[in-house]
Amino acid sequence: MIAALRTPRGLATALILLVLAALPLLTQAFDQRYLLSIGTRIVIWSIAAVSLNMILGYGGLVSFGHAMFFGIGGYAIGILSAEGISSGWIQWPVALLAATAWAVVIGALSLRTRGLYFIMITLAFAQLVYYVGSGLEAYGGDDGLNISRSRFPGLIDLRDKASFYWLCFALLCASLWFCGRYANSRFGLVIRGAKSNELRMTALGFPVFRYRLAAFTIAGALGGLSGILLANEGAYVSPAMMSWMKSGDLIVIVVLGGMGTLFGPLYGTIAFFVLEEALPPILNLAHKGWGEYWMIVFGPLLVLIALYARGGIDSLLGRRHD
Amino acid sequence: MTEPLLRTEGLVKRYGGLLATDNVSIDVRPGEIHALIGPNGAGKTTLIHQLTGVVAPDSGAIHFAGRDVTRLPTHARVRLGLGRSFQITSVLREFTALENVALAVQGHAGHSFRFLADARRDESLRGPARRLLEEVGLGERADTLAASLSHGEQRQLEIAMALAGDPRLLLLDEPMAGMGAEESQRLIGFLQALKQNHAMLLIEHDMDAVFQLADRITVLVYGRAIASGTPDQIRANPDVRQAYLGEEAP
Repeated sequence: MIAALRTPRGLATALILLVLAALPLLTQAFDQRYLLSIGTRIVIWSIAAVSLNMILGYGGLVSFGHAMFFGIGGYAIGILSAEGISSGWIQWPVALLAATAWAVVIGALSLRTRGLYFIMITLAFAQLVYYVGSGLEAYGGDDGLNISRSRFPGLIDLRDKASFYWLCFALLCASLWFCGRYANSRFGLVIRGAKSNELRMTALGFPVFRYRLAAFTIAGALGGLSGILLANEGAYVSPAMMSWMKSGDLIVIVVLGGMGTLFGPLYGTIAFFVLEEALPPILNLAHKGWGEYWMIVFGPLLVLIALYARGGIDSLLGRRHD
Repeated sequence: MTEPLLRTEGLVKRYGGLLATDNVSIDVRPGEIHALIGPNGAGKTTLIHQLTGVVAPDSGAIHFAGRDVTRLPTHARVRLGLGRSFQITSVLREFTALENVALAVQGHAGHSFRFLADARRDESLRGPARRLLEEVGLGERADTLAASLSHGEQRQLEIAMALAGDPRLLLLDEPMAGMGAEESQRLIGFLQALKQNHAMLLIEHDMDAVFQLADRITVLVYGRAIASGTPDQIRANPDVRQAYLGEEAP
């Protein structure tokens, strides 16, 4: 543990986690409430990125529909809330169950395909969910739905921004802990082995499909959790939260941070959000009105990472020893 | 006579108009090396694919270890004791030699739905893996990435992986391919020693190796088994000489 702090990676990670843990205190001290809301979204998106990394990074399964789990988790909360069921004790398990069940179905169908077909079929299912969401006129259709936050009476008040943030942060830590165990467990090694050489793993006696389906389901459930949190963060759900662009953003985040690395998704999310927030004002300084075109800078930056830092931000922090 | 470990009955596999496997019935007995030879395109690989469960035969049956495995998926056949090495080297390149074999051991150690314990420090996997590596002569290369091993070493690694789980039958698809003379000779000695505990079906182009190792040889031409017998019988068989061995026959 202490030895890990001596490496640049260990030090950077420890610093990031420390700042994140203290973020509500920091934003209060500097009176920057707005930053806490960005921080909350970074933490929630990190959970989603960790979950996508479990299949994309470790498993080589390029799911181009991961944001659908934002939608499933979010809409489960939204619909229950609209129907007058506000207890988190009911909402959260129902939402998690919905995301898990949906992941089993989608996984069972998609994992029969490989490569480009897998990308397309996961995208297709995500679009399906998207259009169902925007077709739900009773629940706001395209405009989405304002909801009240889940109630956990006597335990935690999610309307309190700091409490909610810390809950999200605790869940991120739990996700990272689990992913760290997962990556080096027997299960994780099967998933990573199948990424490297599926035929070989089958010849070693592993029913690869079953393991992948289990991994896809775990990732979907964790993605659903981030959807639950996202709905509570904004007290709002809409089809936009599961558009294909969000799925694309998640892939960019995982690749940017470093696929198949434990903290890569965290680095990637922070970098993504910081660039998204910082580039427009910086460009506006250079020339008024340029801020709108921040993607012109962001895009080539991604290309550079893809070309010169194959392991993403993680690889810039030195060699890995696992 | 002992009950054969592997037995096929009239296997037929068609690809369009091409009869890739034409009514092939062969068997492998315990403690025996049965070599399968034939010119390129004779259908050796198609036959292996049916034995391992990669493709299903159009008709006929495959019995292994007293069970009909014709419709069993690959991983289930492996669990019954069918180990294999590939014609084209197939190892997990991003993993070390030891991790490759440890995964092979894991494949035979019950289900892998275990999410929390660190498998990379699991001596119940690494111990046997280390022994297997030493057995094939790769003990000193345990912590080298498979991608960094020489071609010959990768072939040895494949055999170590195939041996995990103590298979009753090894399917070796051109194990000598791309090996130097010295490496081949070492592998031949090693396979001879293995024969006591593991029956083998050997596909090989290196005729020296085949005639040194095989107890029986079956010759496949255009999907058909045109001859089957001891090395001496095969050497003397006029059809085989004409169809396959040609000028090379001693």
